[in-house]
Amino acid sequence: MYKGPSSRAVDTIAVTARASSFSKRSIKRESKDALLRLALSMTDLTTLEGKDSEGKVRALCQKALHPDSSQPDLPTVAAVCVYPRFVALAASILKGTGIKVASVATSFPSGQSPLALRLKEVEGVVADGADEVDMVINRGAFLSGDYPTVSKEIKAVKMACGHAHLKVILETGELETLDHVRLASDIAIQAGGDFIKTSTGKVSPAATMPVTLVMLQAIRDHYTSTGVRIGMKPAGGISKAKLALHYLMMLHETLGEAWMTPDLFRFGASSLVNDLVRQIRRRHSSVYTADYDTTLG
Amino acid sequence: MTDFDLVPAPETTAVEIADAYGHLIGGAWTSPSGNRMSSINPANEEVLTEFSVAGADEVSAAVGAAREAFKSWSVLPGRERGKFLFAIARRIQERARELAILETMDGGKPIKESRDVDIPEAAKHFFYYAGWADKLRFAFPGREVGAVGVAGQIIPWNFPLLMAAWKVAPALAAGNTVVLKPAETTSLTALRLGEIAQEVGLPPGVLNIVTGAGETGAALVDHPDVDKIAFTGSTVVGKAIAKSVAGTGKRLTLELGGKSPHIIFADAAIDEAVEGIVQGIFFNQGHVCCAGSRLFVEESILEVITEKLHRRIQTIRVGDPLDKNTDLGAINSKEQWEIIQGFLKTGAEEGATLHSPSKGEVPKRGYWVPPCFFTGVEPAHTIAREEIFGPVLSVMTFRTPSEAIERANNTPYGLAAGVWTDKGAKALEMAHQLKAGVVWLNSYNRLDAASPFGGYKESGFGREGGRQGILPYLKVDG
Repeated sequence: MYKGPSSRAVDTIAVTARASSFSKRSIKRESKDALLRLALSMTDLTTLEGKDSEGKVRALCQKALHPDSSQPDLPTVAAVCVYPRFVALAASILKGTGIKVASVATSFPSGQSPLALRLKEVEGVVADGADEVDMVINRGAFLSGDYPTVSKEIKAVKMACGHAHLKVILETGELETLDHVRLASDIAIQAGGDFIKTSTGKVSPAATMPVTLVMLQAIRDHYTSTGVRIGMKPAGGISKAKLALHYLMMLHETLGEAWMTPDLFRFGASSLVNDLVRQIRRRHSSVYTADYDTTLG
Repeated sequence: MTDFDLVPAPETTAVEIADAYGHLIGGAWTSPSGNRMSSINPANEEVLTEFSVAGADEVSAAVGAAREAFKSWSVLPGRERGKFLFAIARRIQERARELAILETMDGGKPIKESRDVDIPEAAKHFFYYAGWADKLRFAFPGREVGAVGVAGQIIPWNFPLLMAAWKVAPALAAGNTVVLKPAETTSLTALRLGEIAQEVGLPPGVLNIVTGAGETGAALVDHPDVDKIAFTGSTVVGKAIAKSVAGTGKRLTLELGGKSPHIIFADAAIDEAVEGIVQGIFFNQGHVCCAGSRLFVEESILEVITEKLHRRIQTIRVGDPLDKNTDLGAINSKEQWEIIQGFLKTGAEEGATLHSPSKGEVPKRGYWVPPCFFTGVEPAHTIAREEIFGPVLSVMTFRTPSEAIERANNTPYGLAAGVWTDKGAKALEMAHQLKAGVVWLNSYNRLDAASPFGGYKESGFGREGGRQGILPYLKVDG
């Protein structure tokens, strides 16, 4: 019988208990302000809809640059994440601003097209100016036990990325078990992913704290054995600042200070930005402002 | 920029504590006697209150009141007794915050634990046994059941209210009356339980509470009119009680010490196992009779485990027990602190290596031991044999499952054990071979009112919790 690559076992009940313990910490007031700003600077502001248009992408880029017009000192978000068709436009607007352009590629979200086409798509978005590529793994191959194909495809995409950073989406909602999540994380890291990412946002459940914890553990074990730091991006389902702080608490206690930077941690989200903005305002005004008082992206 | 300081989030301590307390005898509180002992808050060494020391006379009065109350309590229909227990459970829930704060001030345990474990679990025990009160004949089908009589119950200082609940709830449910003696350093919440009994209208004398130290306990054990003794505490005292009870016809259950093995196989979920190790030894500052204090790691993963444990301990927050962020509180008493210091010294002298990676500083006042572990521990070392009852872990190795069993069972104790493996058959085989009252698989320190708990060998006999936990309080005929 073929034996797949070995990966550490994961205990779902114990991981869930540990993950929930991070939501019981109280963070110091001044730290909270800094952390809300950090969370904002770690956000990949995202629009991935069939109805996306150039107008929508323009609006999103402006939102990325000006998260809150009433607080000009806020940090900008880390990146704007769009479909391939809009990469050139986003790149032209964000050029020189420090905000990265990320694009989903590889037939997002299913990945169900021939590898050659997926690679072509990756080359296209990089040529159009994408700084970061968010690929999806071949879940069909993974779940049928064909791990070499999963790994080979990630390596091929990494090659096609050239200088662009590669985020590997595991789509954990389809992998279902935490053992799968751990194995897929290990494969993605070994194959050259710069980041590992939970979800496309198109499958429920998207990011959860237990899933993210297992991925952080894979990153930590890789760091312990190689000294190489891989980044993490939970995506989908994180829309509240409070939850984002729980994730940061988990990040801090699992990987430590070195990972507390947008270079190594991102939130894939859209509505999170406005809740962060409103919470940061509240730190100064004690008022949680109405939703119509924050701008749309 | 990313300063992750946690805000000190202390619970307010607006709870009433009297200057001194008397005993609850026959439904009335005695005035504080002249003979008293101080109760110290171990987190700041300040005197919280004074407890009266019950002498033979007071113990006798309490037993007499219990004997008197037994006449009517034991024949009260079970469903009526159950109502009182339900009422006590609800009242514990209503007063949960106050009880949690008192428990933390009196015993030094983190408010996170008294709030999330001690108090809710105490309420659960009353709820659980309230349910049994009118179903005793179904618990032991086809047999006649009846109450035993007056139960003398002596409880330890590590889980003051919870241990009171473990003892009192099944006794009352079965129709017995009780004289309870809480531990001398932590009597506050047990006395509150007495208040609660009064609030719900429990008939006078059904629950009596006398405070004091060893002599008070001895007076209770030796009292001729007590029918049943239940003791939780050290093996030394347990043996003395067993000797003194022998031949008297009194019933006895003992829940004593432990040096429980915690076994980690290489195929286990490693990160979760590390969490289990932390939970197993640092929960309640290691003041847990079933603490997983002997860690056996499969030799091939020793390095991985110690590295991860080292790092994990650095995230454990030691300090003010009333702070909601605190993971590890104060050592319960100066006496216990000295005992732990003695073991730390002995461990080093016998050649083991101490690792105490905790980063933060402990408060200046109070009794503190940062979480730590010894490596290079050999089975012959004192710290591998004797119960430390503190946040101190002894790490040892094994190579095969049979060696793990052999080493794990090589102890006078047999209270609990933990096994971490991803292989189901191996887990079941280990559970079968381990001589321990409880074997946890891929978890540790998980307790439930419906699940029996108790020991083998010098860890005692008799079970608490579950249907089995009510048996020591029943005469079962036919």
